[in-house]
Formats: sequence, C-alpha cells, structure tokens
Amino acid sequence: MELVPVYLAFILALSIFLGFELISKVPATLHTPLMSGANAISGITLVGALLAAGVDGPDWLATVLGAAAVFFATVNVVGGYLVTDRMLGMFKKRPDKPAPEKPEQ
Amino acid sequence: MNDLPVNLAYLGAAVLFVFGLKMLGSPRTARRGNALSAVGMLVAVVATLLSKGVVTWHWIAIAAGAGAVVGALAARLVAMTSMPEMVALFNGSGGIASLLVGAAALFPGVVGEAAGGDAAISAFTAVTVFLSVMIGGVTFSGSIVAWGKLAEALPSGALLFTGQRLVNGALLAALVACGAFFVHAPSVDSPYFVAVLALALALGVMAVVPIGGADMPVVISLLNSYSGLAACAAGFAINNNVLIVSGSLVGAAGIILTNIMCKAMNRSLANVLFSGFGAVRAGTKVEGEVKPINAEDAGLILEAASAVAFVPGYGMAVAQAQHVVRELGEMLEENGCEVSYAIHPVAGRMPGHMNVLLAEASVPYDQLVEMDDVNPRMANIDVAVVIGANDVVNPAAREDETSPIHGMPIINVDHARTVFVLKRSMASGFAGIDNPLFFGANTRMLFGDAKASISALIASLKE
Repeated sequence: MELVPVYLAFILALSIFLGFELISKVPATLHTPLMSGANAISGITLVGALLAAGVDGPDWLATVLGAAAVFFATVNVVGGYLVTDRMLGMFKKRPDKPAPEKPEQ
Repeated sequence: MNDLPVNLAYLGAAVLFVFGLKMLGSPRTARRGNALSAVGMLVAVVATLLSKGVVTWHWIAIAAGAGAVVGALAARLVAMTSMPEMVALFNGSGGIASLLVGAAALFPGVVGEAAGGDAAISAFTAVTVFLSVMIGGVTFSGSIVAWGKLAEALPSGALLFTGQRLVNGALLAALVACGAFFVHAPSVDSPYFVAVLALALALGVMAVVPIGGADMPVVISLLNSYSGLAACAAGFAINNNVLIVSGSLVGAAGIILTNIMCKAMNRSLANVLFSGFGAVRAGTKVEGEVKPINAEDAGLILEAASAVAFVPGYGMAVAQAQHVVRELGEMLEENGCEVSYAIHPVAGRMPGHMNVLLAEASVPYDQLVEMDDVNPRMANIDVAVVIGANDVVNPAAREDETSPIHGMPIINVDHARTVFVLKRSMASGFAGIDNPLFFGANTRMLFGDAKASISALIASLKE
C-alpha cells in the first residue's frame, strides 16, 4: 500500500523522459498543431471527471464538481482534437501536378 | 467491467497517445497521429464509463453533451488568426477541469478502492489534491488573463508595479503555508482548502499580468505544460495511471516548446516570467533617414528578382494579409522566381503561429523555412519582404550590445540584396526598440496596411 505512490512516481518519471524524447524533434512548422494536440491529450482529466461525476455518493457537491469537470474537460478534448485536425488539414505539400484531393504519393 | 480490463484499456490509450504524439512530428503523418490520439482518448473514456466506478449517468450525459457542443463549435468557428486565444482558453478549461477533479477527490468513493468508504483522507491524497488545485488554479486564471491579453480585452502590454516580486513571493508562500495546514488536517470543508483555491487563482493572474504581448509564445507554451501537469497531479489524487502518463507527456511537450521559445529570444525563462520585458524602453536610439518606396517601383524590383523571401510577423496576422501574400508569392513563382517564407520561432503570438496562417492560405509547407536554414543563404536573396515583423529582424540584436534584445537570434534580412519593410507607420515595434534595419542602405519602406500594400504590389506586377 505504501508503495503505490512510488509506483506512480516511477510512471511519472519515465513518462516525462518519454515526452521529452517524443517532442524534441518536432519541426517548428508544426508547433501550433503540436501544442493544441498535446492540449487535447491533457483533457484526459476527463477520465477523472467521469469517475467523480459518476459516483453515487451521499454528497451532491461531489457530483456537481464532477459534472462541472466533465463539462470543461469535454470542451478541452473535443475542441482540442477538432481544431488540431482542422489546422493539420491545411498543411499541404506542394502538388507536383494539380491533384485536387490527395497530394500524398 | 472490473479493474483489469479497464486498466488494460488505459494502457492501450497511453500507447495510442505516444504514437499519436510521435506522428505529430512530421507534416505527412501529423493528421493521422492526431486521429490516433483521439482514438486513444475515446478508448479511455469508454472504458471509464463501463467501469464499476461510474454508476450514475444523467449528469455525465448532460455535462459531456454540453461540453462537446461548445468545444466543437469553438473549434469549427474560430478564425486561424485567433488561434492563440483559442489555445489559451482550451488550456484554461483543461486546468479548471483538473482543479475540480482534485477537489472532488476529497469526497468518499471518488478515489476508488484506496479510499475505501468513509475512511479519512490520506496524507498522500491530500498532498496531491493540493497540487492539482494549485496547478489547475494557476493554469485556469493564468490562461484567462493570457486570453484577455491576446484578444485585447485586457491591455496587452506588461503591467508592472514596485514590489511586484515581493507580492508574488508572498502569495506563493501563503499558498504553500495554507497547503501545509490543509494537508495536516484534510477535509472538504477545511478553510485552508478554500484559501488554497483563492490563492492559486490569484497567483495565476499575478504571474501572467507582468508579461508583455511579444512574450506570449512563451506563456502559452508554459500554460500548455501546466495544463498537462495539472492533469498529472489529478491522476495522483485519484490513483489513475492514464492521467499520470498523458499528463506528464503533455507537461514535457510544453516544457520543450517553452525552452525553444526562450532560446529563440536568448532569454531565460525566469527573465521572461519576471522581468516584464515588454515595458522596458531602452537601448540606443537609432537615427537616420528612411527611404520610402511606392508599390510601383517595388513591383519592378520584385519582377526582376530571382529569389524572394517573405518574412512574416504578427502584423501579417493583424492585417489578415496571408492570402494576398500567397497570391503574390505564386505570381513571382510563375515569373521564374524562387520564393520562400522565412519564419522566426517567436514570430506571432504563439509557437508556429505564422506557419498555421500561411498553411491556411495554401502555402505548401515545404516553402516554409526556419531561421537557421534561411540565414546562411540570405546573401543570395534578391529581395526580403518583411511583413509586419520588427524585433525578429532587428540587426541591433546582433550588433548593439546595449539593446535589450542583444543576443537574440534574428533573421538576417539586412544581408539580403534589398529589403522591403511593410509597415503601418514609423512607430517602433512591440518592444519599443528602435530598429536600425529601417535606416539600412538597402532598405526601402513600403508604408501602409500590409494587406493593401501587398495588393498594390500584385496590381503593379500585373501590369
């Protein structure tokens, strides 16, 4: 039981290193979509919000806090992913021939 | 569903996030990467809804439905020029969500098996609740102030007063002290909990107020990092792995971006956060004669050029000039000219701001070049067209040791054969530093609104 915090800290430390490795090579062109995409991931707090709102506890205040958290986290998640997708849809490679839809080869 | 399948689903979600972030690193795969990470989110959410922790649905359905509508509308309707404001607001909503989750963790039943019914709140939970309320609160109020500055609902300059650092230091000390009292006797109705909440919100406001508009790229990426760390702290508070993993991935990403932004300004993070740079008005006053040019003559020079580089800045976003810039670029290319777009890392109000605007205007991403790639071949560029940028092309950063931006890496447009500077008038740029570029022998000033000037250039080229 006392070890749980330590395990969680292990996960934390390794994830931070992983995050540094993953992001450090992103080209400057993609900094904005990277930021909003990462921001959407931080909406993962939605999982916690769902747990808090879904508890059938005696205290209505917990449910209110949870429901408010669900609202804000959903804004973050849905808005974040959609706006990132919208931005990334604009990044196009120079088409060699005038190809209307898919410039990938 | 019981704990094992739920946790396996969380593991799957975390793996999808990692691959998603990895694929965001290249323009070819970025869109699929984002979709992959969204799938990861869906997996995590569905698994949570099916877990035995979630027993009531109606509040969740209402709140999630409303949130999805708001988020989707915001994402669809926002103009690309307002993207920094949007990102600031999304950071804020992530922050307050984590704050609320942290607060809810004080109630029995939320933490899952570990809390076990009405057992007292453990010290570990109390510390992590404190952290998620503190980081979430700072993220939320800081993001709101950042949004206000970006949207110009608040004055966008730096607000400084004497004793500011003392006040902020005192706030932080009081916050930690109240946190300690709260952890000592944690309960939902502890007055110290309310104090922590209020102080965290106040600290967020005070932390962003002294930061000027030109430093916003740093603040936005830092708040991005905080929103991840807040989710991470909330994950500790409710013993949830997937929150910790995803939150710390985002935290790390934000820190890297912050670091890149600071390097691009040759300043330390502490300097950005505390010095209120935007308010400083110092450096050698430069005097000289500016040489204006009209659109017709500029058009003739462009027509003869074989290599042109556009250097956009925040002014291009303000004037919404990205579409006409692309049109001009295409005309020059048809004329046999080599066109590139040189983008400074801190141009605009958030990392990558200019790239998004130019992508919106259908400039292919292989024409967007970074500062370090364009500088070595600047001498071969016939015309560098500076559109609403100032500090990022200011040679004083290279030459004038008394300049406040001395040492900041810049795009060396003054090394190009000719420089056109598109500018509203002769007011100095955001940081209030005089720019010797404007007086350079090879510099010609094209005064007026950027969009109107570019349109005039297009008209003159058509003739």
